[in-house]
Amino acid sequence: MSEHLSTATVPGVVPYAGAAVGDYLQILKPRVMSLVVFTAFVGLVLAPGHLHPVLAAVAVLCIAVGAGASGAINMWYDRDIDAVMRRTANRPLPAGRMMPGEALGFGIVLAVGSVAVMGLAVNWVAAELLALTIAFYVFVYTMWLKRRTPQNIVIGGAAGALPPLVGWAAVTGDVGWGGIALFAIIFFWTPPHFWALSLYRAGEYEAAGIPMLPVVAGARETKRQMLIYTLMLWPAALMPWLLGIAGPVYGACAGVLSLVFTATAIRVWADDSERSARQMFAFSLLYLFLIFTVLLVERVAGGRW
Amino acid sequence: MTVTGDVGAERRRRIRARNRALLAVLLGLVVLFYVVSIVRLSGG
Repeated sequence: MSEHLSTATVPGVVPYAGAAVGDYLQILKPRVMSLVVFTAFVGLVLAPGHLHPVLAAVAVLCIAVGAGASGAINMWYDRDIDAVMRRTANRPLPAGRMMPGEALGFGIVLAVGSVAVMGLAVNWVAAELLALTIAFYVFVYTMWLKRRTPQNIVIGGAAGALPPLVGWAAVTGDVGWGGIALFAIIFFWTPPHFWALSLYRAGEYEAAGIPMLPVVAGARETKRQMLIYTLMLWPAALMPWLLGIAGPVYGACAGVLSLVFTATAIRVWADDSERSARQMFAFSLLYLFLIFTVLLVERVAGGRW
Repeated sequence: MTVTGDVGAERRRRIRARNRALLAVLLGLVVLFYVVSIVRLSGG
Protein backbone atom coordinates (compact mmCIF):
# COMPACT_ATOMS: atom_id res chain seq x y z
CA MET A 1 0.00 0.00 0.00
CA SER A 2 2.82 2.37 0.92
CA GLU A 3 4.41 1.90 -2.50
CA HIS A 4 1.11 2.92 -4.12
CA LEU A 5 0.94 6.04 -2.01
CA SER A 6 4.50 6.92 -2.92
CA THR A 7 3.77 6.67 -6.66
CA ALA A 8 1.09 9.35 -6.24
CA THR A 9 3.80 11.87 -5.54
CA VAL A 10 5.70 11.11 -8.75
CA PRO A 11 4.62 13.44 -11.57
CA GLY A 12 2.98 11.60 -14.47
CA VAL A 13 2.50 8.37 -12.52
CA VAL A 14 -1.13 7.56 -11.85
CA PRO A 15 -1.67 5.76 -8.53
CA TYR A 16 -3.10 2.26 -8.72
CA ALA A 17 -6.87 2.40 -8.41
CA GLY A 18 -7.42 -1.18 -7.33
CA ALA A 19 -9.10 -3.89 -9.33
CA ALA A 20 -12.47 -3.46 -11.04
CA VAL A 21 -15.62 -5.13 -9.69
CA GLY A 22 -15.58 -7.51 -12.66
CA ASP A 23 -12.07 -8.65 -11.74
CA TYR A 24 -13.22 -9.49 -8.22
CA LEU A 25 -16.04 -11.56 -9.71
CA GLN A 26 -13.64 -13.27 -12.14
CA ILE A 27 -11.29 -14.50 -9.41
CA LEU A 28 -14.24 -16.31 -7.82
CA LYS A 29 -14.13 -18.71 -10.81
CA PRO A 30 -17.87 -18.37 -11.58
CA ARG A 31 -17.98 -21.39 -13.92
CA VAL A 32 -16.52 -23.71 -11.29
CA MET A 33 -18.79 -22.07 -8.74
CA SER A 34 -21.90 -22.83 -10.80
CA LEU A 35 -21.05 -26.54 -10.89
CA VAL A 36 -20.34 -26.54 -7.15
CA VAL A 37 -23.64 -24.79 -6.41
CA PHE A 38 -25.56 -27.20 -8.60
CA THR A 39 -24.10 -30.36 -7.03
CA ALA A 40 -24.48 -28.94 -3.52
CA PHE A 41 -28.10 -28.08 -4.24
CA VAL A 42 -28.78 -31.65 -5.36
CA GLY A 43 -27.20 -32.92 -2.12
CA LEU A 44 -29.47 -30.59 -0.21
CA VAL A 45 -32.58 -31.75 -2.06
CA LEU A 46 -31.80 -35.47 -1.78
CA ALA A 47 -31.07 -35.37 1.94
CA PRO A 48 -33.82 -36.73 4.17
CA GLY A 49 -35.49 -34.17 6.39
CA HIS A 50 -36.59 -30.59 6.01
CA LEU A 51 -34.73 -27.31 5.94
CA HIS A 52 -36.52 -23.96 5.85
CA PRO A 53 -36.25 -22.56 2.28
CA VAL A 54 -34.54 -19.40 3.52
CA LEU A 55 -31.92 -21.44 5.38
CA ALA A 56 -31.52 -23.69 2.33
CA ALA A 57 -30.86 -20.60 0.22
CA VAL A 58 -28.35 -19.35 2.81
CA ALA A 59 -26.61 -22.75 2.77
CA VAL A 60 -26.31 -22.66 -1.04
CA LEU A 61 -25.07 -19.05 -0.88
CA CYS A 62 -22.42 -19.98 1.71
CA ILE A 63 -21.26 -22.93 -0.41
CA ALA A 64 -21.05 -20.66 -3.48
CA VAL A 65 -19.09 -18.00 -1.59
CA GLY A 66 -16.83 -20.65 -0.03
CA ALA A 67 -16.11 -22.07 -3.50
CA GLY A 68 -15.39 -18.56 -4.75
CA ALA A 69 -13.04 -17.96 -1.83
CA SER A 70 -11.12 -21.13 -2.70
CA GLY A 71 -10.86 -19.93 -6.30
CA ALA A 72 -9.58 -16.51 -5.25
CA ILE A 73 -6.89 -17.94 -2.96
CA ASN A 74 -5.98 -20.47 -5.66
CA MET A 75 -5.52 -17.64 -8.18
CA TRP A 76 -3.38 -15.74 -5.67
CA TYR A 77 -1.10 -18.73 -5.13
CA ASP A 78 -0.96 -19.83 -8.77
CA ARG A 79 -0.44 -16.40 -10.34
CA ASP A 80 3.06 -17.34 -11.52
CA ILE A 81 2.00 -20.46 -13.42
CA ASP A 82 -1.24 -18.83 -14.62
CA ALA A 83 0.91 -16.27 -16.44
CA VAL A 84 2.58 -19.06 -18.42
CA MET A 85 -0.54 -20.86 -19.65
CA ARG A 86 -2.61 -19.38 -22.47
CA ARG A 87 -5.86 -20.56 -20.87
CA THR A 88 -5.17 -18.61 -17.66
CA ALA A 89 -2.87 -15.76 -18.75
CA ASN A 90 -5.72 -13.23 -18.91
CA ARG A 91 -6.85 -13.78 -15.33
CA PRO A 92 -6.79 -10.56 -13.25
CA LEU A 93 -3.55 -11.36 -11.38
CA PRO A 94 -1.26 -12.49 -14.23
CA ALA A 95 -2.75 -9.77 -16.45
CA GLY A 96 -1.77 -7.16 -13.82
CA ARG A 97 -5.31 -5.90 -13.21
CA MET A 98 -5.26 -6.92 -9.55
CA MET A 99 -2.60 -6.89 -6.82
CA PRO A 100 -1.87 -10.27 -5.18
CA GLY A 101 -2.75 -8.93 -1.72
CA GLU A 102 -6.20 -7.87 -2.92
CA ALA A 103 -6.98 -11.39 -4.14
CA LEU A 104 -5.63 -13.04 -0.98
CA GLY A 105 -7.46 -10.67 1.36
CA PHE A 106 -10.68 -11.02 -0.60
CA GLY A 107 -10.41 -14.82 -0.54
CA ILE A 108 -9.70 -15.03 3.19
CA VAL A 109 -12.57 -12.68 4.08
CA LEU A 110 -15.00 -14.68 1.94
CA ALA A 111 -13.75 -18.02 3.30
CA VAL A 112 -14.10 -16.99 6.95
CA GLY A 113 -17.41 -15.22 6.28
CA SER A 114 -19.01 -18.13 4.43
CA VAL A 115 -18.04 -20.65 7.12
CA ALA A 116 -19.19 -18.36 9.95
CA VAL A 117 -22.57 -17.62 8.33
CA MET A 118 -23.09 -21.32 7.52
CA GLY A 119 -22.42 -22.21 11.17
CA LEU A 120 -24.57 -19.47 12.65
CA ALA A 121 -27.50 -19.75 10.23
CA VAL A 122 -27.60 -23.44 9.28
CA ASN A 123 -25.50 -25.81 11.41
CA TRP A 124 -21.89 -26.29 12.46
CA VAL A 125 -21.42 -29.73 10.84
CA ALA A 126 -22.11 -28.16 7.43
CA ALA A 127 -19.84 -25.24 8.38
CA GLU A 128 -17.01 -27.60 9.35
CA LEU A 129 -17.38 -29.52 6.10
CA LEU A 130 -17.34 -26.24 4.17
CA ALA A 131 -14.18 -25.20 6.02
CA LEU A 132 -12.67 -28.61 5.23
CA THR A 133 -13.56 -28.18 1.55
CA ILE A 134 -11.89 -24.76 1.36
CA ALA A 135 -8.85 -25.86 3.35
CA PHE A 136 -8.45 -29.05 1.27
CA TYR A 137 -8.59 -27.12 -1.99
CA VAL A 138 -6.19 -24.40 -0.83
CA PHE A 139 -3.65 -26.29 1.29
CA VAL A 140 -3.79 -29.89 0.04
CA TYR A 141 -4.50 -29.40 -3.67
CA THR A 142 -3.19 -25.92 -4.56
CA MET A 143 -0.19 -25.59 -2.25
CA TRP A 144 0.88 -29.18 -1.72
CA LEU A 145 -0.13 -31.54 -4.55
CA LYS A 146 -0.66 -29.51 -7.70
CA ARG A 147 3.02 -28.82 -8.43
CA ARG A 148 4.42 -32.02 -6.92
CA THR A 149 2.62 -35.11 -8.14
CA PRO A 150 0.63 -36.39 -11.13
CA GLN A 151 -1.89 -37.63 -8.57
CA ASN A 152 -2.73 -33.97 -7.84
CA ILE A 153 -6.22 -34.05 -9.29
CA VAL A 154 -6.97 -37.53 -7.94
CA ILE A 155 -6.46 -36.61 -4.28
CA GLY A 156 -7.26 -32.93 -4.78
CA GLY A 157 -10.48 -33.97 -6.49
CA ALA A 158 -11.90 -34.62 -3.03
CA ALA A 159 -12.29 -30.85 -2.61
CA GLY A 160 -14.54 -30.64 -5.65
CA ALA A 161 -16.47 -33.70 -4.50
CA LEU A 162 -17.33 -32.36 -1.04
CA PRO A 163 -20.00 -29.71 -1.88
CA PRO A 164 -22.94 -32.17 -2.21
CA LEU A 165 -21.88 -33.58 1.16
CA VAL A 166 -22.01 -30.04 2.59
CA GLY A 167 -25.50 -29.63 1.11
CA TRP A 168 -26.54 -32.97 2.61
CA ALA A 169 -25.15 -32.02 6.03
CA ALA A 170 -26.94 -28.66 5.89
CA VAL A 171 -30.23 -30.57 6.05
CA THR A 172 -29.39 -33.57 8.23
CA GLY A 173 -26.62 -32.19 10.43
CA ASP A 174 -24.48 -35.25 9.75
CA VAL A 175 -22.68 -37.15 6.97
CA GLY A 176 -25.00 -39.78 5.53
CA TRP A 177 -24.44 -42.58 3.02
CA GLY A 178 -26.39 -40.67 0.38
CA GLY A 179 -24.02 -37.73 0.69
CA ILE A 180 -21.05 -40.08 0.51
CA ALA A 181 -22.50 -41.61 -2.70
CA LEU A 182 -22.69 -38.15 -4.31
CA PHE A 183 -19.14 -37.46 -3.11
CA ALA A 184 -17.96 -40.73 -4.72
CA ILE A 185 -19.54 -39.88 -8.08
CA ILE A 186 -17.64 -36.57 -8.37
CA PHE A 187 -14.47 -38.06 -6.88
CA PHE A 188 -14.20 -40.81 -9.51
CA TRP A 189 -15.43 -38.52 -12.30
CA THR A 190 -12.71 -35.90 -11.68
CA PRO A 191 -9.58 -37.77 -12.94
CA PRO A 192 -10.89 -38.72 -16.41
CA HIS A 193 -12.42 -35.24 -16.73
CA PHE A 194 -9.18 -33.37 -16.02
CA TRP A 195 -6.90 -35.85 -17.77
CA ALA A 196 -8.98 -35.51 -20.94
CA LEU A 197 -8.30 -31.77 -20.76
CA SER A 198 -4.63 -32.23 -19.94
CA LEU A 199 -4.16 -34.62 -22.89
CA TYR A 200 -4.63 -31.76 -25.33
CA ARG A 201 -3.11 -29.10 -23.05
CA ALA A 202 -0.05 -31.12 -22.04
CA GLY A 203 2.35 -28.62 -23.60
CA GLU A 204 1.00 -25.76 -21.52
CA TYR A 205 1.11 -27.77 -18.30
CA GLU A 206 4.67 -28.82 -19.07
CA ALA A 207 5.72 -25.21 -19.71
CA ALA A 208 4.17 -24.19 -16.40
CA GLY A 209 5.94 -27.05 -14.59
CA ILE A 210 2.75 -28.77 -13.48
CA PRO A 211 3.28 -32.55 -13.38
CA MET A 212 0.00 -33.59 -14.94
CA LEU A 213 -0.16 -37.28 -15.80
CA PRO A 214 0.33 -36.87 -19.60
CA VAL A 215 3.44 -34.75 -18.91
CA VAL A 216 4.97 -37.21 -16.43
CA ALA A 217 3.77 -40.62 -17.60
CA GLY A 218 2.79 -39.97 -21.21
CA ALA A 219 -0.46 -40.11 -23.14
CA ARG A 220 -0.73 -43.93 -23.21
CA GLU A 221 -0.58 -44.34 -19.42
CA THR A 222 -2.98 -41.40 -18.98
CA LYS A 223 -5.51 -42.99 -21.31
CA ARG A 224 -5.20 -46.31 -19.47
CA GLN A 225 -5.89 -44.65 -16.13
CA MET A 226 -8.76 -42.62 -17.61
CA LEU A 227 -10.39 -45.87 -18.71
CA ILE A 228 -9.86 -47.44 -15.27
CA TYR A 229 -11.48 -44.45 -13.55
CA THR A 230 -14.50 -44.50 -15.87
CA LEU A 231 -14.96 -48.16 -14.85
CA MET A 232 -14.57 -47.27 -11.15
CA LEU A 233 -17.21 -44.62 -11.67
CA TRP A 234 -19.83 -47.27 -12.47
CA PRO A 235 -20.52 -48.49 -8.90
CA ALA A 236 -20.33 -44.92 -7.59
CA ALA A 237 -22.86 -43.72 -10.18
CA LEU A 238 -25.23 -46.59 -9.39
CA MET A 239 -24.84 -46.22 -5.62
CA PRO A 240 -27.69 -43.68 -5.14
CA TRP A 241 -30.07 -46.18 -6.76
CA LEU A 242 -28.67 -49.12 -4.77
CA LEU A 243 -28.98 -47.11 -1.54
CA GLY A 244 -32.58 -46.22 -2.33
CA ILE A 245 -32.11 -42.45 -2.46
CA ALA A 246 -32.81 -42.58 -6.21
CA GLY A 247 -35.25 -44.66 -8.24
CA PRO A 248 -35.03 -46.99 -11.25
CA VAL A 249 -35.20 -44.11 -13.76
CA TYR A 250 -32.01 -42.74 -12.28
CA GLY A 251 -30.47 -46.22 -12.20
CA ALA A 252 -31.17 -46.71 -15.92
CA CYS A 253 -29.91 -43.22 -16.84
CA ALA A 254 -26.77 -43.63 -14.73
CA GLY A 255 -26.08 -46.97 -16.42
CA VAL A 256 -26.49 -45.58 -19.93
CA LEU A 257 -24.47 -42.43 -19.21
CA SER A 258 -21.66 -44.44 -17.58
CA LEU A 259 -21.65 -46.77 -20.59
CA VAL A 260 -21.26 -43.82 -22.98
CA PHE A 261 -18.58 -42.26 -20.75
CA THR A 262 -16.64 -45.54 -20.76
CA ALA A 263 -17.07 -45.72 -24.56
CA THR A 264 -15.55 -42.23 -24.92
CA ALA A 265 -12.58 -43.40 -22.80
CA ILE A 266 -12.14 -46.46 -25.05
CA ARG A 267 -12.28 -44.17 -28.08
CA VAL A 268 -9.59 -41.92 -26.57
CA TRP A 269 -7.53 -45.06 -25.88
CA ALA A 270 -7.82 -46.22 -29.50
CA ASP A 271 -7.53 -42.82 -31.15
CA ASP A 272 -4.38 -40.72 -30.94
CA SER A 273 -6.00 -37.55 -32.24
CA GLU A 274 -6.71 -34.55 -30.04
CA ARG A 275 -10.33 -34.54 -31.17
CA SER A 276 -11.41 -37.59 -29.17
CA ALA A 277 -9.91 -36.16 -25.96
CA ARG A 278 -11.75 -32.86 -26.55
CA GLN A 279 -14.99 -34.74 -27.10
CA MET A 280 -14.47 -36.79 -23.95
CA PHE A 281 -13.83 -33.62 -21.95
CA ALA A 282 -17.05 -32.10 -23.30
CA PHE A 283 -19.02 -35.26 -22.58
CA SER A 284 -17.61 -35.48 -19.04
CA LEU A 285 -19.22 -32.12 -18.25
CA LEU A 286 -22.50 -33.28 -19.77
CA TYR A 287 -22.24 -36.57 -17.85
CA LEU A 288 -22.00 -34.92 -14.43
CA PHE A 289 -24.68 -32.40 -15.27
CA LEU A 290 -27.10 -35.10 -16.44
CA ILE A 291 -26.40 -37.46 -13.53
CA PHE A 292 -27.21 -34.76 -10.99
CA THR A 293 -30.11 -33.40 -13.05
CA VAL A 294 -31.78 -36.82 -13.19
CA LEU A 295 -31.30 -37.21 -9.42
CA LEU A 296 -32.91 -33.81 -8.91
CA VAL A 297 -35.77 -34.26 -11.38
CA GLU A 298 -36.62 -37.72 -10.10
CA ARG A 299 -36.76 -36.48 -6.52
CA VAL A 300 -38.82 -33.38 -7.34
CA ALA A 301 -41.14 -35.30 -9.71
CA GLY A 302 -41.60 -37.94 -7.03
CA GLY A 303 -42.89 -35.23 -4.71
CA ARG A 304 -40.41 -36.16 -2.03
CA TRP A 305 -39.09 -32.61 -1.65
CA MET B 1 -2.70 16.10 -19.97
CA THR B 2 -5.77 14.57 -21.63
CA VAL B 3 -4.41 11.08 -21.10
CA THR B 4 -3.79 11.78 -17.40
CA GLY B 5 -7.31 13.24 -17.10
CA ASP B 6 -8.83 10.15 -18.73
CA VAL B 7 -6.87 7.86 -16.45
CA GLY B 8 -7.91 9.92 -13.43
CA ALA B 9 -11.56 9.69 -14.48
CA GLU B 10 -11.23 5.96 -15.03
CA ARG B 11 -9.65 5.64 -11.58
CA ARG B 12 -12.53 7.56 -9.96
CA ARG B 13 -15.09 5.49 -11.88
CA ARG B 14 -13.46 2.27 -10.76
CA ILE B 15 -13.31 3.31 -7.10
CA ARG B 16 -16.95 4.46 -7.22
CA ALA B 17 -18.08 1.17 -8.76
CA ARG B 18 -16.20 -0.77 -6.09
CA ASN B 19 -17.71 1.33 -3.30
CA ARG B 20 -21.21 0.74 -4.67
CA ALA B 21 -20.60 -3.00 -4.91
CA LEU B 22 -19.35 -3.01 -1.30
CA LEU B 23 -22.42 -1.05 -0.19
CA ALA B 24 -24.68 -3.55 -1.96
CA VAL B 25 -22.89 -6.46 -0.26
CA LEU B 26 -23.16 -4.84 3.19
CA LEU B 27 -26.86 -4.06 2.72
CA GLY B 28 -27.36 -7.63 1.48
CA LEU B 29 -25.70 -8.95 4.64
CA VAL B 30 -27.94 -6.78 6.83
CA VAL B 31 -31.04 -8.16 5.10
CA LEU B 32 -29.62 -11.70 5.24
CA PHE B 33 -28.94 -11.57 8.99
CA TYR B 34 -32.35 -10.01 9.62
CA VAL B 35 -34.22 -12.69 7.65
CA VAL B 36 -32.16 -15.54 9.12
CA SER B 37 -32.81 -14.22 12.64
CA ILE B 38 -36.56 -14.09 12.00
CA VAL B 39 -36.54 -17.63 10.60
CA ARG B 40 -34.46 -19.03 13.44
CA LEU B 41 -36.55 -17.27 16.10
CA SER B 42 -39.73 -18.68 14.56
CA GLY B 43 -38.27 -22.18 14.90
CA GLY B 44 -37.36 -22.69 11.22
